[in-house]
Amino acid sequence: MDPELATTIAFYVFALLAIAGSVGVVANKNPVASAMCLVATFVAVAGLYLTLSATFLAAVQILVYAGAIMVLFLFVIMLLNLSHETFEGISVRRTMGGAIAFAFIFISIGLLWGTGPKPGEAMSVRPGTGLEIGRTFLKDYVFPFEMASLLLLVAMIGAIVLARRPKLVGGDR
Amino acid sequence: MSNDTVYLIASLVKAVVIFLAGVHVVPILVILERRISAWVQFRIGPNRVGPLGLFQPLADLVKFISKEDFRPATASPMLFGLGPILTALPPFLVLAMIPLAPSIEIGGRQLALSVVDTDLGLLFVVALSSLSVYGLAIGGWSSDNKYSLLGGLRSSAQMVSYELALGLSALAVVAIAGSVSLPEIVAQQSQFIGFAENGRWAGWNVFAQPLAFILFLIAGFAETNRLPFDLPEAESELVGGYHTEYGGTKFALFFMGEYVAMLAISLMISILFLGGWHFPGDKAVIDWAVGLVGAEGAAISWVTALIGHLALLAKVGFFLFLFIQIRWTLPRFRYDQLMTLGWKVLLPLATANLLLTGAVVSWS
Amino acid sequence: MLAETATAPITGFTPLVPYVLVALTVFAVLMLVPKLLGKRSYSKDKFVAYECGVDPIGSARQRFSVHFYLVAVLFILFDIEAVFLFPWAISLQEIGSAGFISALLFVGVLALGLAYAWRRGVLDWNN
Repeated sequence: MDPELATTIAFYVFALLAIAGSVGVVANKNPVASAMCLVATFVAVAGLYLTLSATFLAAVQILVYAGAIMVLFLFVIMLLNLSHETFEGISVRRTMGGAIAFAFIFISIGLLWGTGPKPGEAMSVRPGTGLEIGRTFLKDYVFPFEMASLLLLVAMIGAIVLARRPKLVGGDR
Repeated sequence: MSNDTVYLIASLVKAVVIFLAGVHVVPILVILERRISAWVQFRIGPNRVGPLGLFQPLADLVKFISKEDFRPATASPMLFGLGPILTALPPFLVLAMIPLAPSIEIGGRQLALSVVDTDLGLLFVVALSSLSVYGLAIGGWSSDNKYSLLGGLRSSAQMVSYELALGLSALAVVAIAGSVSLPEIVAQQSQFIGFAENGRWAGWNVFAQPLAFILFLIAGFAETNRLPFDLPEAESELVGGYHTEYGGTKFALFFMGEYVAMLAISLMISILFLGGWHFPGDKAVIDWAVGLVGAEGAAISWVTALIGHLALLAKVGFFLFLFIQIRWTLPRFRYDQLMTLGWKVLLPLATANLLLTGAVVSWS
Repeated sequence: MLAETATAPITGFTPLVPYVLVALTVFAVLMLVPKLLGKRSYSKDKFVAYECGVDPIGSARQRFSVHFYLVAVLFILFDIEAVFLFPWAISLQEIGSAGFISALLFVGVLALGLAYAWRRGVLDWNN
């Protein structure tokens, strides 16, 4: 099959899956089911990266978002024991919120419509392989690379401080 | 038929064949597990159905599909069904990334003998195996059973803890090979022990990376929830763990997931550390076989692939045997021991090993 | 290697489509067949979640230890570390010692985090 046509088909399939997944996140009353829909969305987005030839990004998307961050989401949902959402009726505030969200979606679509390459063309853009990404990281962007580790350290310490309960602290303290 | 059509059909056939092979490994492992466990415990094991009890898995299948489709009244209907599927699918996706033999020539082109032909194979293996967490967690949570929930929770915490050691020990191999492409990692190990002309290590990685090999093996056991890491199902304390409420084919899917994950991890160990389809004297054997069948042109690659595949299978078979043997030999860890081992031993060791490897590679 | 792979890596993923479709079909058939074949019987107690023969006390979906949450956070952070180190490990032979030193710093900073978690008892499960 013509690779360009195949990529276009793949794009629409993954785009539909991503949209269906995100609708599922909002529409599900069970938070755990919502979380699983979000995982599906992330995997579909990884598929979209594939259609852009960004293989590395696709793998990292699955590894970090679908495989790590969503595990935390799932834990938090289970941790807080969120029960089923109930429909609490329509209020003015909700209607307005919905209207604004819809308006935002349509404006975004209007602005972005027709810009950028078509799905099949986009694959001609060649993002970096692992080798090129490594080279860029460690030659041109060493400083942001190191800063990323500091950011991760701050996140780690923050989470521990916030979640710490005196009872859990063992050992010398 | 044009060359392109031949190639397309070949890649589709390849995908279906690899899936069916993966599925059929499950009954083989079931009968092996039951016979080996019996042997370890001085029992006989299943020996009534068919010669030597070989048809036992078939009888099991009949039993599985004729069982009542049961679900506790308080379980979430959709998620309860999703759990087994989410457990069985990720190991198959991982399997899809792994080359089973050197690529063959067909329709005038090279056909990689993995479902997916990508130069980031190892990265995808690590990424997709991280999706295995959900099946057990969802299955355990949706059952609305306290044992199931505890089993599901334990499994997710255990898998995420050991995944780090798994990834970091594999990274040491990446540093040596300079690639995350699985065929290239195999190609780098073309000699048994020795260096390439440019001074790089060209032997099996188990000799250059003994520590990474051991760490990967241990983390592999934990990732597949096999004893001594089977706390998620720990029958003596959690009844059946995450699958307490499951029966029939849904239960069978959990089993299928575990066995295919075992197959995938055995393949990965063989490819990353034991030279994949290489074995000492493989060139001579292939030359001999090519001469024997009088292969020419593309057929040479077919003979090479067949021999390579058999060599890989032999290594995989060894590790599968090891998995089963260890399950029936070792006792189970306590949960705190398990987490301590993962975070305080394996993770620091894997990191240190990676940095040491990095130092050696970057200064040589 | 392949001309196709060089232009569009997604071509290498095409066989995954029949693979996943066949897999999902097999799983679906396996899940649906017992609905047709299996016998059904109803009794009130049968559909109660198993709790060693007594009636379950409360729902199983209870809150659990914050410890699991911390493990998940630590996992994300170290997972991202691994993601950063993948391109590093691939390109190490080319970049040489400068690349090694920057990764040493990177891992060193994160090791501080692990040491902090260790001292704070986040990694201890026996209390």
